[in-house]
Amino acid sequence: MTPEEWTAVRLSLLVATTATLASLPFGVAIAWLLARGRFWGKSLLDTLVHLPLILPPVVTGYLLLISFGKRGPIGAFLDEQFGIVFSFRWTGAALACAVMGFPLLVRAIRLSIEAVDTRLESAAGTLGAHPLWVFATITLPLCLPGVIAGAILCFAKSMGEFGATITFVSNIPGETQTLPSLIYTLTQIPGGDAGAMRLTLVSIAISMVALLGSELLARRIGVRQMAA
Amino acid sequence: MSLEVDVDHARETFHLAARFSAAPGLTALFGRSGSGKTTLVDIVGGLIRPDRGRIAIDGQVLVDTERGVFVPKHRRRIGYVFQDSRLFPHLSVRSNLLYGRWFAGDGGTAANLASVVDLLGIGHLLDRRPDSLSGGEKQRVAIGRALLAHPRALLMDEPLASLDEARRAEILPYIERLRDEAGVPILYVSHSVAEVARLATTVVILTEGQVTAVGPVADILSQAEESEGGSVLAATVARHDEAFQLSVLASAAGELQVPRLSAPVGAPVRAYIRGRDVMLSLRPPEEISALNVLAGKVVAITPSANGAQADVRLDCNGASLTARLTAKSVQRLALAPGRPVYAVIKSVSFERS
Repeated sequence: MTPEEWTAVRLSLLVATTATLASLPFGVAIAWLLARGRFWGKSLLDTLVHLPLILPPVVTGYLLLISFGKRGPIGAFLDEQFGIVFSFRWTGAALACAVMGFPLLVRAIRLSIEAVDTRLESAAGTLGAHPLWVFATITLPLCLPGVIAGAILCFAKSMGEFGATITFVSNIPGETQTLPSLIYTLTQIPGGDAGAMRLTLVSIAISMVALLGSELLARRIGVRQMAA
Repeated sequence: MSLEVDVDHARETFHLAARFSAAPGLTALFGRSGSGKTTLVDIVGGLIRPDRGRIAIDGQVLVDTERGVFVPKHRRRIGYVFQDSRLFPHLSVRSNLLYGRWFAGDGGTAANLASVVDLLGIGHLLDRRPDSLSGGEKQRVAIGRALLAHPRALLMDEPLASLDEARRAEILPYIERLRDEAGVPILYVSHSVAEVARLATTVVILTEGQVTAVGPVADILSQAEESEGGSVLAATVARHDEAFQLSVLASAAGELQVPRLSAPVGAPVRAYIRGRDVMLSLRPPEEISALNVLAGKVVAITPSANGAQADVRLDCNGASLTARLTAKSVQRLALAPGRPVYAVIKSVSFERS
């Protein structure tokens, strides 16, 4: 593999990992709200979370560009107040991936929270546990397989994200040129076929490792919970 | 410690209106299924917010709808043992038992764990997972878990309902020890006369959401429709007759001979006698097979709803005994309050206390 290809693989792993880890706490919180909350505007929130799944990725990328870009309202605020810049940086790629993977993350976690018996939660309450403690010690451990499944889905989606990323942060080698972006570039130039094929194989390998890893992890947790 | 409850709670189909207080010892909430027993303990435990009412424990107000007080369940320190033990499946038995320790804020947990484990006989289970326990073991762990949260009162919602007869017999002695040794008021939901007769200090009878009777177990149980006119006699084991495998019990009403009990001489027992197991005779019966004949006087006669039967309440030297007879028998013997009779008891179920 060429150094350019290695750079793209490393960048993709960095972007996907960042996107997954950064969105995980928000994903758990939103999933809990959707699973257990009773509030006005719940279906609106649900729709909003799922929107990136349905919208064309280019539209999501464009929306990110006009809101988180240098002159976008949120982007300008973050730049002035905290010095955080998303546009044309790898952090922007991570943001795009996080937004695109978020529905998958929330969906998996929400389903597993809904599967947790609320009677166990109220039993913990009668033992003196504050609702936050109940969540940390009962709900979260019991829905952990779902959290892991959601995180893996989000990671896999991030590894493959193309449309929103290229629209929002473009295709800059070494900064925002992720694995799919480089494959796209290679297919556009003469003699790039071999490189595209190599990256395709790398992509398949990473996806399989992630899937197997999640399977093993979920099984180990499952065994621990069922163990005699 | 005492628990005072006075609540109203309406649901689509029925209205719960209950007022009673539970002193130390075991207060049984007794009634048919659907009479509102579980709703009532859920309200006391903080799982349901009542429409109106007041609940206080030791003078501390937990709920007062008029003053807008509602203490959430995690700050009530009221233990709850559910019908379906609700052990945490991802934690070991030991972690389940110690779950409440983090929040109770009391010291000396190690000693308490040892004593609770000993009280409930669950020492050999500590490192197991809940799903490997039998139903009876699960319930004992659930009781221990509630106790270790240092509750000021304990709610038990039909803790034996999901168990078979053998498992019930296994747990009942532990609940008795709990009642006598733990020193917290226990509110115990049941629809089983045998359980209530054996365990309760005080009985609260709920009928379609209304409290219809409150009082000591011996007085109340015979009034309950579900008890089929049964009575509870307090007695002690006087001696054992090894030759015939019998035990002789001494009670205020007289001596009773029953199949050999395992209880030692001098042990207090409660005899539960169903109304339909009592026959009445105007003269001392002679040459009959029944061993137990008690002399008494008719106190009251209560006809059943359809008039075919009647519950005849007797005073046997201060102890109350009820016989369920047909209306025809009542007429044939010309039974009336004040009339001396002899009660022939066909069988007795014994509950140790």
